[in-house]
Amino acid sequence: MAGTLAEKVWEAHLVRRGEGGSPDLLYIDLHLVHEVTSPQAFEGLRLAGRQVRRPDLTIATEDHNTPTLDIDRPIADLTSRTQIDTLRANAKEFGVRLHSLGDADQGIVHQVGPQLGLTMPGLTVVCGDSHTSTHGAFGALAFGIGTSEVEHVLATQTLPLAPFKTMAITVNGTLPAGTTSKDIILAIIAKIGTGGGQGYVLEYRGEAIRALSMEARMTICNMSIEAGARAGMIAPDETTFEYLKGRPHAPEGEDWDAAIEYWKTLRTDDDAEFDAEVVLEAADLEPFVTWGTNPGQGLPLSASVPVPADIADEGERETAAKALEYMGLTAGTPLRDIPVDTVFIGSCTNGRIEDLRSVAKVVKGRKKAESLRVLVVPSSARVRLQAEAEGLDVIFKEFGAEWRNAGCSMCLGMNPDQLAPGERSASTSNRNFEGRQGKGGRTHLVSPLVAAATAIRGTLSSVADLDLPHEIDITTFDGTPLDGVGASPLGESVVDLPIPVAIGSAPSGSAAGQPALR
Amino acid sequence: MEKIHTHTGVGVPLRRSNVDTDQIIPAVYLKRVTRTGFEDALFAAWRGDPSFVLNQEAYSNGSVLVAGPDFGTGSSREHAVWALKDYGFRVVLSSRFADIFRGNSGKQGLVTGIVSPEDIEILWKILETKPGTEVTVDLEAKTATADEVTVPFQIDDYTRWRLMEGLDDIGLTLQQEDKITAFEETRASWRPKTLPARHLPSVEIEAARPV
Repeated sequence: MAGTLAEKVWEAHLVRRGEGGSPDLLYIDLHLVHEVTSPQAFEGLRLAGRQVRRPDLTIATEDHNTPTLDIDRPIADLTSRTQIDTLRANAKEFGVRLHSLGDADQGIVHQVGPQLGLTMPGLTVVCGDSHTSTHGAFGALAFGIGTSEVEHVLATQTLPLAPFKTMAITVNGTLPAGTTSKDIILAIIAKIGTGGGQGYVLEYRGEAIRALSMEARMTICNMSIEAGARAGMIAPDETTFEYLKGRPHAPEGEDWDAAIEYWKTLRTDDDAEFDAEVVLEAADLEPFVTWGTNPGQGLPLSASVPVPADIADEGERETAAKALEYMGLTAGTPLRDIPVDTVFIGSCTNGRIEDLRSVAKVVKGRKKAESLRVLVVPSSARVRLQAEAEGLDVIFKEFGAEWRNAGCSMCLGMNPDQLAPGERSASTSNRNFEGRQGKGGRTHLVSPLVAAATAIRGTLSSVADLDLPHEIDITTFDGTPLDGVGASPLGESVVDLPIPVAIGSAPSGSAAGQPALR
Repeated sequence: MEKIHTHTGVGVPLRRSNVDTDQIIPAVYLKRVTRTGFEDALFAAWRGDPSFVLNQEAYSNGSVLVAGPDFGTGSSREHAVWALKDYGFRVVLSSRFADIFRGNSGKQGLVTGIVSPEDIEILWKILETKPGTEVTVDLEAKTATADEVTVPFQIDDYTRWRLMEGLDDIGLTLQQEDKITAFEETRASWRPKTLPARHLPSVEIEAARPV
């Protein structure tokens, strides 16, 4: 029977098909855990005298609460410290692998899975975090779950789930210069709304999607949840295989061949039918920014702040007026004239190496606008190391930006990285909810390129607004190293260095590019 | 999970619509690591108001919440359900619930019954004119009775069965143990395992500090 990508992955994980209105029971391949949504799940296991069924399919990291400064000192905020200490104790008690603050593989949970090569095509991936949809970029069925479900997966490695609907989102053509995958997803959410994907798994398709790097695909899938969707997926292809090959947990030898053979079957059949379809032309896109307090309230940068009175729908009109009041914006103001106080570059949406490279390309040799602060927070410690090996940190520091340790940071301000009341940010993160980045803080969601240009000019800007020298190619951000900044592929830069930290037994074997076994 | 066939307790009329999970429990309480002890956080922003329904003695030990439409929208935080349960609520009746909240409730043994807006209005009137009136919720018959008025409610059969049998999802799934084990035996060897851990050589990370 013809099937969509999502249906194929679902079917391949059926432990038991539901009968008489009961849900299907699905096997979970990979369970990612962090400090905020796991303590009560572990407590539940303890109370019921249960174990973690498959510690070998579970991995934990610290990200939401962790400070991005002084990570070698005790965490100042006591409740944050308690949450992290609780995760450490739970990981030890239940035998779960944990990458703690200070470990090279610590970082945002949605970066850690891919960079270790644990996230692969055709898997089911869950985490007590709504941005788990990120992993769908590999052709995995990945979605966020509640704490009861975290406990359920820990205890049984399965989840009872009711079937979903499927939606195809096709992006045709080629992206114009200066636009990125972030602009694609912001445009999609603006088009279908924050509830448009409810009950659906989205599949992103088309020429513009195929042309994207893995990092850029992750950005798109990451924000599927902001359209209300359970998950977003992209069929695996050579780009996916290339990203995975040689990663520490990627299959090797015969396993690799068998995996590739299977992964190539993971595509929607030509005659399969989706429950809904949306089509976008990439050529129509330009840099997108949000003006309101939900991710669907976005417009092309060349537009102006909307006039609520012009909005026909009464509910939307009221929502827009309320959003403008919170955002401190006047209807009709050109978006390009909005000055910001803080530029935040980071998060599970846009804190990966390619994002940092693209920002570095734009800001290299320049100075930030004096009126604002710029925070650059890599998505993982490994990404930070890679960026430092490429000299990106020096570019950022010379630009006037603050170079920080890895974590969720100002995306949600659970750590000290917060906006002050009334402070306005251009942020490469994923949610512009009221108070998300700090009580009273005002967030404009932007791409890394818009963030970089904004940091230079002081108002919301695109790279087209900059007087860029010709040799800087701003049309492609495919992960190619910067000119003259001594880039090296992931891994080679970290040879022959001391091996500390991490949970478990002593490490062994650390030749260049070779996975160290612990 | 305790079996629930019927529940009788004081009904609390909450004449508000779109009560989102931020109103049920504000984000500031989410840093706790326990699963219990959230009773003080329930409706925290409203509890300071002496006229708020739970601050009136007749309702203060209520266990059946009768709320307006779109109850439990917004964030997926399960803490919202814990806070209601910790306070003592066993049942919430509303004409419309947010999906995730309803799902979380079912997993925690909190009954969510869908009652027509007209019947919600009738229940509100009874509970407001006779504060302290008890409501009896019968899962078998799918009815709620207050002061000799009985109204029907809807709940999906699977959740209802689980509540009546006192089966939590985990217990239920563990009955499929043999099927899970059989499935595990078919998993391809290329599928990843987190243990034994493999990674690139570790490196000492120096803390970033303000320059």
